Amino acid sequence: MDKVYSRPRLLKKTHFHYCAGCGHSIIHRLVAEVIDEMNLQDRIVGINSAGCSVFAYNYLDIDMAESAHGRGLAVATGLKRASPETIVFTYQGDGDLAAIGTAETIHAANRGERITAIFINNAVYGMTGGQMAPTTLLAQQTTTTPYGRDARLEGYPIRVSEMLALLKGVVYVERTSVDSPANIRKTKKAIRKALQVQLDGLGFSMVEILAACPINWKMDPLESWQWIGKEMTKEFPLGVIKDITGQADAD
Amino acid sequence: MAKVLMDGNSVIGEAAIRAGCQCYFGYPITPQNELTEYMATHLARRKGCAFIQAESEIAAINMVFGASLAGARVMTSSSSPGMSLKQEGISYLASCELPAVIVNMSRGGPGLGSISASQSDYFQATRGGGHGDYRTIVLAPSSGQELADITHRAFDLADTYRIPVVILGDGVLGQMMEPVEFKHEAPEELPVRTNALRGAKGRPSRIVKTCTSNPSEMEELNWSLYRRYQLVREEEITYETFLVEDAELIVVAFGIAARIARGAIKNARANGLKVGLLQPITLWPFPSGKVEELANRTKCFLVFELNMGQMVEDVQLALNGKGEVFFYGRPGGVISTPSEVFRVISRHYYQRGLKQERNGQGI
Repeated sequence: MDKVYSRPRLLKKTHFHYCAGCGHSIIHRLVAEVIDEMNLQDRIVGINSAGCSVFAYNYLDIDMAESAHGRGLAVATGLKRASPETIVFTYQGDGDLAAIGTAETIHAANRGERITAIFINNAVYGMTGGQMAPTTLLAQQTTTTPYGRDARLEGYPIRVSEMLALLKGVVYVERTSVDSPANIRKTKKAIRKALQVQLDGLGFSMVEILAACPINWKMDPLESWQWIGKEMTKEFPLGVIKDITGQADAD
Repeated sequence: MAKVLMDGNSVIGEAAIRAGCQCYFGYPITPQNELTEYMATHLARRKGCAFIQAESEIAAINMVFGASLAGARVMTSSSSPGMSLKQEGISYLASCELPAVIVNMSRGGPGLGSISASQSDYFQATRGGGHGDYRTIVLAPSSGQELADITHRAFDLADTYRIPVVILGDGVLGQMMEPVEFKHEAPEELPVRTNALRGAKGRPSRIVKTCTSNPSEMEELNWSLYRRYQLVREEEITYETFLVEDAELIVVAFGIAARIARGAIKNARANGLKVGLLQPITLWPFPSGKVEELANRTKCFLVFELNMGQMVEDVQLALNGKGEVFFYGRPGGVISTPSEVFRVISRHYYQRGLKQERNGQGI
């Protein structure tokens, strides 16, 4: 019988601490597969930061370091500038990348740092128990918007990918989702492309991935995956947001 | 090499490059801008080196964290308000045992404060500064030459102990031009950092982290840092003394205040007052043993700082009642003159009857 699937080589043999239905475990698997397929294990460093994915280094069998909350892209910048041959990616949540780390995100992107951000958008602060994130949808209930997010009080969900696409240093941004097998495949392709942009020395690349947080959304896994397609994608449409790989100058 | 005339900020930059500094990340703030500018001119385009004017002090210190992860010799600099912002990153550097050199050309505070020289960041520098139970080595130069020598030493200390090292200067030291001799050339090879992250080539993958869900693991990290700090305490305390052998009163001062105190002490000696100086070079670890030893003979200590009294607490702790401690300070960026300090010295000297005490004429 043909072997059609096996555990990714770069995923450590341990149990995920993630909740049932959480997007992180799927995305970790995709990252592990892509790094292995692109044969980057010898020269890649991942930077993860505060949030549920702070323990990503327990699962990915590559060099990894933890950054302070929100500072991932500044840490990645320092590492990449000190060691330009190293492939550097960050793995960040929405609170990390789009709230506390907004300045670091915008300026690393604007400098066109040759680094890659993997940005998990689940519209909520997961690890701290379901508070409002910068990407929380209007009317979405969280522990700090118990009556639903009100634009007059809490502002609007931030579309980080669209914002970053305006910056000249940004070469490739795509928004994907892990709510269906087809979208999971698209996400893997996007991660591969984002790392290729870095390998080619073209500039900053990012993949924004819509993922579920069933526990904090107070839904069961299936319901939460359906909610991504029905509700989240209205605010955060999927697709390539910017791709100038054909026009960007390599180093 | 021959002496050159340079401002203190540029001296640090040149000394850092000669110590093998490969990366510098900074953000503009007075009175340390000449250092950032020096690195933009002289480090940025060197082979294998990197310079970034960061978007904030927070970003700069986290770039330092990243470059240190990669195994590079790395530096950042700022002044007081910017140092407050860097504390988060310094705590992470300490926790991850990553070497880095951090310069604070401090100014008057609190708040945005004045841009004039001050020593009011002593507590922040010597108590760790950020959250958590950690220390940084703190070095206090008092002249252009010491800036050059101490900067070189800072990189070696950082690598040896895998610890952030703070150079605590001030606005005067940063701006003042003095003749300086650079005693080192940039090293051809740097010590290999065995914990660097550049990809898991030919070895198992590595993790550098600060977070754990296990308090016992965190406790052990703290103990291991503590053991390292004990080693630093045993090996690295440095200080200078001036005319202490027969002193009836010893002034304790660091950095630019020690320079001012020297002038005052020379004046005191010319007036027949037996006054000496203890100048700590390492503020952490503090030369407590030396203070205690000096107290075997001298019972009167005057701590002089350009702040409201911070190092004075370390002197009191070191003496533990063995001698009398007075304090004189000017905060906010006001700089005392040697004659002002001389007046304070002579007042205490005569009030305590130190002129008579030693030959039996005391009360």
